[in-house]
Amino acid sequence: MLDFQASNRMCPPARTPTEQEKHGRHGRPITDQDAHDISRVEELSYDLKIHEVMTADIRTATPEMPLSKVLEILRLNRISGLPVVENEKLVGVLSLEDIVRALQKNELAAPTGQYMTREVVTIANYDSIVNAISTFTEKQLGRLPVIDENNKLVGMITKGDITRGILVALQKDYKEEEVRRYRASHLFEDIISERSTLVLRYTIRAGDFTKGGKASSHIKRALLRLGADPQLTRRCCIAVYEAEMNLIIHTTNGGILKLEVEPHRITMSATDDGPGIADTEMVFQPGYSTATEHIREMGFGAGMGLVNMKRCVDEIKLESSVGRGTKLIMRIFIPDQTVGVSRDG
Amino acid sequence: MNLQQLIDQLNLTVLTESQDFAGITPTGGYSSDLLSCVMAGAKKGDLWITLQAHLNIVAVAALNEIAAIIITENARPDAASIAKANQQGVILLSTSQATYEVNGKLWELGIRSGM
Repeated sequence: MLDFQASNRMCPPARTPTEQEKHGRHGRPITDQDAHDISRVEELSYDLKIHEVMTADIRTATPEMPLSKVLEILRLNRISGLPVVENEKLVGVLSLEDIVRALQKNELAAPTGQYMTREVVTIANYDSIVNAISTFTEKQLGRLPVIDENNKLVGMITKGDITRGILVALQKDYKEEEVRRYRASHLFEDIISERSTLVLRYTIRAGDFTKGGKASSHIKRALLRLGADPQLTRRCCIAVYEAEMNLIIHTTNGGILKLEVEPHRITMSATDDGPGIADTEMVFQPGYSTATEHIREMGFGAGMGLVNMKRCVDEIKLESSVGRGTKLIMRIFIPDQTVGVSRDG
Repeated sequence: MNLQQLIDQLNLTVLTESQDFAGITPTGGYSSDLLSCVMAGAKKGDLWITLQAHLNIVAVAALNEIAAIIITENARPDAASIAKANQQGVILLSTSQATYEVNGKLWELGIRSGM
């Protein structure tokens, strides 16, 4: 009479999980756009696998078990349902609702197999938790039995398990990020030498407007990473952006943009090999520019570049020789511990 | 006033990907077509109103953490500039109105520089 065999509808067809299902998206190239669109929690819901967050130590019933016994297990463990297992295979689920049905007929002595729900929605242990989340929503369920490739029951997963799993993963992320931040901002404290310097060097190509501002944005990120205060970072940024654009706009063969970070000062330099500046005083006059009409149309060549740089830095030195090239050196002195270092360290 | 309300009030066209504009509140504005002046004068969270529509405005806006660029007189950035803006999280808005009109309307709506 009672058929304890699992029907085909109960479980997804057994198949070998793909590499991605087994290992998450690690190794898959993610574009900047992807990264921008996906929040960390969304990302985790794909990366975390069911078996990482499920409860593996679970109570089960057998089809022969009397309902009164199941009720006792539910009561003692304060749970609302039990997976029913026969020969390690999941054959059904018995919930409090099923017991209520039996109670109405006064049949608590009946075997579990008679009242259990046979068409059980399950989830595979190698699935992402996002699948469990959508199944919970779609089927309006609160818990799901987890099965492996051989349809063997390996655990149960609830919404609570998922929340806990995500929080644990975020906590881990947060700790790693804290450690990275700490290491970056204490860089100079940990390295002891007579003179510690961090040098960032960028090759800037002449006429390459598509890359305009790229080096400056890398520098901005590095300075913030090192713990520099936002105001100081802004001053550096304006100065290096103007220098970077000058290399793009005015040089023959491009040049080198260099940023040197020391505990007490930041030195920025732009070096090129031509064409050189004939009058190194005129270029500091607001509005003086040698830019072509085309460059001006783009909004460059306002004659404000060196004026801006001078305003942002504590020291500026421009050396140039026509036909030989130009070297621009700018310095900003760090008043106290803005780069996360002590002067005497 | 948040960016979504400003987009509605000024009937601006959103060129970059749609996002939660209601969650962005511009703190002021700066108008210039000279990039050096914008580098020096615009503040974080400002709207930048300009006629310029080429790729380099994206870098300037990103470095200055501009809330959004309003490109006036129907000047249209090319696809590469829009892609770059999306990548760097810079919002590009477009209008047929001239910079002067946009400034006037923004001022009336309470977006004033230095506030």
